[in-house]
Amino acid sequence: MIGLSHYLTVAAILFTIGVLGIFLNRRNVILMLMAIELILLAVNINLIAFSAYLGDLTGQIMAMFVLTVAAAEAAIGLAILVIFFRRRGSIAVDDANRMHG
Amino acid sequence: MIATIAFYLFATLTIASALAVIFARNPVHSVLWLILAFFNGAGLMLLLGAEFIAMLLVIVYVGAVAVLFLFVVMMLDIDFASLRSGFTKNLPFGLIIALVLLAEVIVAVSAHQAGPTLAGRQIPAAAQPNIVALGQLLYSRYLFAFELAGLILLVAMIGAIVLTHRSRRDTRPQKVWKQIGRRPEDAVKNMDPGVGEGMSL
Repeated sequence: MIGLSHYLTVAAILFTIGVLGIFLNRRNVILMLMAIELILLAVNINLIAFSAYLGDLTGQIMAMFVLTVAAAEAAIGLAILVIFFRRRGSIAVDDANRMHG
Repeated sequence: MIATIAFYLFATLTIASALAVIFARNPVHSVLWLILAFFNGAGLMLLLGAEFIAMLLVIVYVGAVAVLFLFVVMMLDIDFASLRSGFTKNLPFGLIIALVLLAEVIVAVSAHQAGPTLAGRQIPAAAQPNIVALGQLLYSRYLFAFELAGLILLVAMIGAIVLTHRSRRDTRPQKVWKQIGRRPEDAVKNMDPGVGEGMSL
């Protein structure tokens, strides 16, 4: 029988994969953004699992807001990425140290 | 029985495609694996009875965000091979961090009986359809938060346009104000003067 902890475990594994993706692809901003999307998906699964098992719809409302913020974050992040690439001709983030002072 | 099979199918595919996202060599493949991960995540949410969020996930992520990622990956001419240079160097350390984090989270998950125990509980049957219930809640109790979410999207849209807009000097676009501000006196006229009369300027 599938219980709450099954869903929580899947979300935990997904979250960990997202964190690992940020660690591994330290230079590639696009992959870092995708890893952030994976983390947010894990958070959404958590919220919805709790919402379903508690019989309280607030979790699903919060998941909707997380979705909204994630879409806005992806749009702004990719816009910053495009202008960064236009300036520098590369998206390696460890070169992004020109802004201090 | 069928729900159990569906859960394990969706869960396995979600995790496998999430792994493929971060390990794929080609970022276009990463985006496509991300789309698969979101589809299977939507399947998990369907199993939980959250139909609206599942559909929203497919529409928003697959329809908008993943296409945006694909667009940026294909538009920018990026040398992705050089970006993977630190990959193997970071791999052992990253794996250690990830395993520690995973162990901690799973311990926390399995210890949640300390709180209100939900482990043996079934999903309560919904009194009304998911979308109806969500809509009633969203437009009454969470109305301000909902409006705020719309505002966030507006700010994100304007921000993205302002950030990426540039005025190029190497093109010759239409100058509308010049066209509108043109007067008849300044225009070149086609004249047909008689023989020997000449032009009056």
